[in-house]
Amino acid sequence: MSDTHAQSVAFVRDTAIPASPPPNTQAGAVNWVRANLFSSWANAALTIAAIYVIYVVFVAIWPWLTNGVWTAPSLTACREVLQGKVGACFSVLTERWNQLLFGFKYPSDQYWRPGIAFLLLFAAIAPVMFYKLPRKLLIITALYPFAAYYLIWGGTILTPILALAGFIVGYAVYARLVKRNFALGFFAGIAAASLFWWIGGELTFFIADLVNDWFGLKPPRLEIVPSRDMGGFMLNLILGVTCVALSIPLGIVLALGRQSKLPLIKGICVVFIEFIRGVPLITLLFVANVVLAYFLPPGTTFDLILRVIIMITMFASAYIAEVIRGGLAALPKGQYEAGDSLGLDYPQAMRLIILPQALKISIPGIVNIAVGLFKDTTLVSVISMFDLVGMIRGPILASSEWNGVYWELFSFAALLFFVVCYGISQYSQWLERQLATGHR
Amino acid sequence: MSTITDPDKGGFRVSQLLSDTRYRAITFQVIALFLLVAAFYYLGNNLVQNLRAAGLNFSYGFLDEAAGYDVGQSLIPYTSQSSNWQAAKVGILNTLLVAVLGCFTATILGVTAGVLRLSKNWIVSRLMAVYVEAFRNVPVLIWILIIYAIMTVSLPAPNAFRGDDPASTMLLGMFAFTNRGIYIPAPVFNPGSMVVVGVFIASIIAMFAYRAYAKKLLFDTGKLLPTGWPSLAILLVPALLVFFILGRPIGLDIPVLSGFNFGGGIKIGAPLIALWFALSIYTGAFIAENVRAGIQAVSEGQTEAAAALGLRPRRIMNLVVLPQAMRVIIPPLISQYLNLTKNSSLAIAVGYADITATLGGITLNQTGRAIECVLLLMLFYLTISLAISAIMNVYNNSVKLKER
Repeated sequence: MSDTHAQSVAFVRDTAIPASPPPNTQAGAVNWVRANLFSSWANAALTIAAIYVIYVVFVAIWPWLTNGVWTAPSLTACREVLQGKVGACFSVLTERWNQLLFGFKYPSDQYWRPGIAFLLLFAAIAPVMFYKLPRKLLIITALYPFAAYYLIWGGTILTPILALAGFIVGYAVYARLVKRNFALGFFAGIAAASLFWWIGGELTFFIADLVNDWFGLKPPRLEIVPSRDMGGFMLNLILGVTCVALSIPLGIVLALGRQSKLPLIKGICVVFIEFIRGVPLITLLFVANVVLAYFLPPGTTFDLILRVIIMITMFASAYIAEVIRGGLAALPKGQYEAGDSLGLDYPQAMRLIILPQALKISIPGIVNIAVGLFKDTTLVSVISMFDLVGMIRGPILASSEWNGVYWELFSFAALLFFVVCYGISQYSQWLERQLATGHR
Repeated sequence: MSTITDPDKGGFRVSQLLSDTRYRAITFQVIALFLLVAAFYYLGNNLVQNLRAAGLNFSYGFLDEAAGYDVGQSLIPYTSQSSNWQAAKVGILNTLLVAVLGCFTATILGVTAGVLRLSKNWIVSRLMAVYVEAFRNVPVLIWILIIYAIMTVSLPAPNAFRGDDPASTMLLGMFAFTNRGIYIPAPVFNPGSMVVVGVFIASIIAMFAYRAYAKKLLFDTGKLLPTGWPSLAILLVPALLVFFILGRPIGLDIPVLSGFNFGGGIKIGAPLIALWFALSIYTGAFIAENVRAGIQAVSEGQTEAAAALGLRPRRIMNLVVLPQAMRVIIPPLISQYLNLTKNSSLAIAVGYADITATLGGITLNQTGRAIECVLLLMLFYLTISLAISAIMNVYNNSVKLKER
């Protein structure tokens, strides 16, 4: 035993063998195709069917896209250019570009105003969407509604400034009193703001008149554009952004109300939420269009766009409330008990402990609702408002020049909505990954 | 858990209404009740005044008056002389028709797309991702209008089917796709057909009985009966036998071109097709996502455990994965059905006579009874959604995981 061992030479490899390339059957494009596309007969059939579908769609769309005519004043002129070939008349888009975006009544020399408001929207939304940006930027977000209102609707600049100042006064009062009692601070803030608007409103316009009389100085004002002149994709954006922004706070209140231990408040919230969720948006738009006026004091009217905003906000807030309720329910009971054991009262516990966590859980759901809501703003075309779809179905397709240009217009509208909605949902997925702090 | 109440602090002070937990709840609710009543009183008062000013009253008498308009498609007898109530019933049935048809096709589409999106086949899964994203991110109204445009603009007119060398031909000699709608053969029930139908229904029951028996036998004794081909045989053979023995009592009424249009058969109007198709594809995209999430929610370990027990792949799917995935899939699926039903109110955009278009559209405009019509409309949709939620709750409770 020992002598045989003595003759054997010890061999210890001191270098690693370089990795050899995988065998040809296990690597490369061919293998990928074989593994992913033709692994079995059924799979191969599926692949061929899929390729055939792609081919059919491509053959149908490609010449239509590439032969597109971009400069022609009308459909007949466009058909003459095409001379019987298959091709799209994209000239309807260039020709009616402003109508598609702004509607057909917005004064054309004022298009820069909604344009700037749209660009500012990104600056205002950025600090909300990307929480790594400095928090001070939220001031832009807070100022944005007033700036956007001034830019889009016009009028004297005193109105938005007054409104803003009222909010600031209200917030100052609230911040002073909230340490003593939340309810006290909240209601005192509202009262202070209302008082400020009432007195300040009279006072400001009085002073402005005086200044105008004595010095001839007028506050800057823009041409007033009435709400009924809004249209096109701008209207979709206005409705979508406003209603989402307004319905989130309302949704939080409804969700908390639904969780409340007070039976009456809980009952009101449940009935409201279930009622709104049970009926289609169209019926609510009918309410805005023809019914709501009956419930206002006789003689008062307010414009359709505001009524529609009210109804869509109610609609969205019911859905958002359900999403937030899910977030509240997903929190472990210990969080609520922790709030109690620290001696926090209900508003403090909600503000400092429960809602930050519950809202974080519900962000993806809220974004889904926002996307759905933005898509649903097209329904206002049914009650004869001229949003993007309303513009296409109404003034553009009914015009003598462009009667019959369905595909170009509808694919443009679809593309516009797709870009926005897909962008938002990608953002939501990104945010979900960012916020995944590994609970449990 | 015992509740700790504050010690009695002696006499009642007014400030306790806000600061004492025993009374605060009551204070808040009284305030809320007061605000609610005040709001209702305010709105109701405005309503009464406005109605009086407009010389209107609140009544449903207009439902008995003649409607005076025609509808494109109706499941029950209807003429323009029928009452508004009859028109509303036509609308209700049409809504239910498109909802049921839509749910059926959306489920098929959605389940197929959801399963294929998880397929290992790269092209197919990409294609399904494109389908899902494209349809989820574009408003359903635009899809309805696009498909309606395809139906009315791209399909040939009925007279393209005319002549010796027609521009278009009928599919299989039975189906005609025209810009007015799709014409399909209608079944004709001759005497004796009821027997065939009865036998067919009996075979459906027998098929389910057989499957239940096979399952019971499997669980009791471990014996495996085949279920695939016997089910098919039980379903078809008796009915076919009776059908031929009785001398083919059920025939087909094939649509034929007569005059400017097709006669005979069943006409499915272009608005119905557009609505049905668009709603199915749109909702199908959402269902596909639900199905995908449901299948992915079943952990890999379940499949591996079943494989370790020696189950075949198909049985793993049927006995282990699907029952668990179903628990995740069904609740969002039903809320998608609800969404589809509510979205069917977009029928008004293409002129399909559903309840929104009849009661909430033409009747409302002709009679001016806005409040009554909108109230009825909401009541109808509310009933449907509450009924569906009730069914969903029953189902959820029945499949709930039985925990400690």
